[in-house]
Amino acid sequence: MTDSAPVIEMKGITKSFPGVRALSEVSFDVRPGEVQALVGENGAGKSTLIKILSGVYHADAGEVHVGGEAVHFAHPVESLQAGIAVIYQEFSLLPERTVAQNLFLGREPRTRFGLIDGARMRAETREVLSLFAAAGRIDPDRTVGELDVATQQVVEIAKAVSTGARVVVMDEPTAALNEAECEELFATVDTLRKRGVAIIYITHRMREITRLADRVTVLKDGEVAARFDEVPAPDAIVRAMVGRDIEDFYAPPATPDEIGETILSVRGAGNAMLHDIDLDVRAGEIVGLAGIQGAGRVALAMALFGQTPFEHGDVTLNGDTVTFRNPRTAIMGGVGLLPGDRKAEGLVLMQSVRDNGMLTSRAFGKLWGSDRKNAHADTDRMDELLDHMEIRAASYDQDIRALSGGNQQKAIVARWLSMRPKLLIFIEPTRGIDVNSKAGIYHLMRDLAREGAGILMISSDLPEVIGAADRVLVMQEGRIAAEFPHGASEQDVMHAATGETGVAA
Amino acid sequence: MSLAEDTPPRKTGFRFERWAPLILLGGALVIYVIVALATGQAQYLTFDNLIAILGRSIALGITAVGQTFVILVASIDLSVASLISATAVLASVVMDGSPAMIVPAVLAALVLGGVVGVTNGIVVSVLKVNPLIATLGMSLIIQGCLSAFVSNFAGEVPAAFQVFAYGEVGPFPIALLFLAGLAVLAWIVLRFTKFGSDMYAVGGNEEAARFAGIKTGRIVVLSHVICSVCAAIAGLYLASRLRSGAPWIGSDGVYDLESIAVVVIGGTVLAGGRGGIWGTMAGMLIFSLIDSVFNIAGVDSFAKQVLRGIIIVAAVAFYAIRSKRIVA
Repeated sequence: MTDSAPVIEMKGITKSFPGVRALSEVSFDVRPGEVQALVGENGAGKSTLIKILSGVYHADAGEVHVGGEAVHFAHPVESLQAGIAVIYQEFSLLPERTVAQNLFLGREPRTRFGLIDGARMRAETREVLSLFAAAGRIDPDRTVGELDVATQQVVEIAKAVSTGARVVVMDEPTAALNEAECEELFATVDTLRKRGVAIIYITHRMREITRLADRVTVLKDGEVAARFDEVPAPDAIVRAMVGRDIEDFYAPPATPDEIGETILSVRGAGNAMLHDIDLDVRAGEIVGLAGIQGAGRVALAMALFGQTPFEHGDVTLNGDTVTFRNPRTAIMGGVGLLPGDRKAEGLVLMQSVRDNGMLTSRAFGKLWGSDRKNAHADTDRMDELLDHMEIRAASYDQDIRALSGGNQQKAIVARWLSMRPKLLIFIEPTRGIDVNSKAGIYHLMRDLAREGAGILMISSDLPEVIGAADRVLVMQEGRIAAEFPHGASEQDVMHAATGETGVAA
Repeated sequence: MSLAEDTPPRKTGFRFERWAPLILLGGALVIYVIVALATGQAQYLTFDNLIAILGRSIALGITAVGQTFVILVASIDLSVASLISATAVLASVVMDGSPAMIVPAVLAALVLGGVVGVTNGIVVSVLKVNPLIATLGMSLIIQGCLSAFVSNFAGEVPAAFQVFAYGEVGPFPIALLFLAGLAVLAWIVLRFTKFGSDMYAVGGNEEAARFAGIKTGRIVVLSHVICSVCAAIAGLYLASRLRSGAPWIGSDGVYDLESIAVVVIGGTVLAGGRGGIWGTMAGMLIFSLIDSVFNIAGVDSFAKQVLRGIIIVAAVAFYAIRSKRIVA
């Protein structure tokens, strides 16, 4: 830690892809025992920079030095051998193999007969895991697929440590974690820092930068926009990222006359995971649902959407009593849902933007007749909706996987708009989306509300729920535990969510 | 991930998936005993009869051992049936009744298997051809070449080589002991060697395996070689059993599709990365027991086909529903 010579130094890195200059003249360094936050909007060049560092891409110009020596990685394995470990959002673990097998993947210790030394593998796994707070929960013989996401992440980090990594790159590590798990991750990062590991920490969340970072580098449009040797106020970082002040980050809350009649009303409803749910959503209103993971927010969304229906209680939608036994009846009744995991639950990645937009309407289209005559499958109208959403794509025939997260999310919104829903449920609408696009999503939700829809928004990002919603309902253990108005303090909401105090504001 | 957030964490300890093949095997055994008793044919419940039942599935078992390897690396091999025919004919023609030619014939068959395996493996891993298509093409090529040269039983297997199919050590047929030995060997390779561990990695997540420094292409080629060599051995066994090679014995036995079915019934996932040899052995036993049940009960041979089809699908559905994930 006393050693302050950078373990990694990247100088004048330039990289172009056909038609795009991804990085120009980027210089970047990390010292042992420090957490360097790397921030920037999607497309700013963070991933490209990391991929050059890890040998996935080759820079067109510039040098990479590791421990003072110039290196040219031809393959990711070489960067791994040089002590650079990247922890991607999609883990590189094998879910069917045990923790120990994963830790020693590709470099299993052998007995003198040439067979794999299982005992030594387990012992060394235990030793590495003992560094982490989660160690007690992890049995080296457990299959990784049985562990929860946070614990899998610990295993991934332990794997990096066990390979003797001097540099650990974490790409938005908290994206899938809840509050408590985040805290544990931060502790893990602290442990690594104390051991003299250099950490490159990619994130969108200002809170994590304030909590963890020693230095901050901001990338914008492939260039270093700002470098801070001490962590500045979040505003300064955001300004550097976006290139201007963000005003009206959240859309203004609804005025009383914008809020109309009750669209959705739930009384005394419940199922195995939900109890005594009373809930109203009015036209023009955005209702936020906060709570820790497992509090029942998603279960509530799934009950309203007919995926895991309520077993008792009354639900009325637009004055009609309804029972949704499956998503199809819910959609016909006027409910739309934007899933939390876009790639897994929302999109058909190999299909075009337009096809993705029409996924639902086609499912309800008539079997016969051309797509132009069929009101539900009108491609011109879908194009209008996509235009209206201001989706940035080369063409709507382009595969949707090439689009940024924000634009993908808008295509899903367009999908629901074609169904003219009365109630729209957004689950983690801005997960993995950059700051500017986040603002776009908030304003879009507000516009939808103004046009008369009722909106239910589930988010694990506390400032977001409080800032974007007109009312915040806090769930806890399958019940709605408290309600707060727009602009409540984060602390109060957090207290209600964790059950420390149950006082409603 | 977000959908799963409200489901309770999975319990540890008893893992259904691991024991499912054994449960199915137990079920098949119980049905067999019940049918034998119900039809008043208790003579089928003897040790000798059990051995006889097993003896009928040796070729399928050997082929399925190899098929397990390719399916574990998320590949598949549809060329095994043609290769079985080809190696049976090749061995029988080379031997042509002469005991002195046994060793050259066996070597020739194994080399043919090795060449086919390397070719399959390279086409799949280097040329990136979908394994279904690559090995289907290989199957057509082998069958075509074979049909160009022979159209009936060809060559003759000397008595000395018939020992492979008909010889016995104590109460056990040599071929059965061979299959058991092969299965143990496969188990050791999969469980205790780096190659085995690498295979699970490549089948589970090829990208992760490559990033861990595993030469994934080599692993895929090697498992194809193992598969094809196993098919070649099955061909040798059938030549020994039929005392001559014929160009239809592989396709008649439907060894390509049946070996895949046996592997899948044994709990190995078609997508790769999970499964093992004992499941495959259980799958093979289930298949032979079902066949015996049909024989005892005197089920019409067409109805038999229909029932086998239903049983394969039902077995996989049984896994899928119980383990709440897509199995095959």
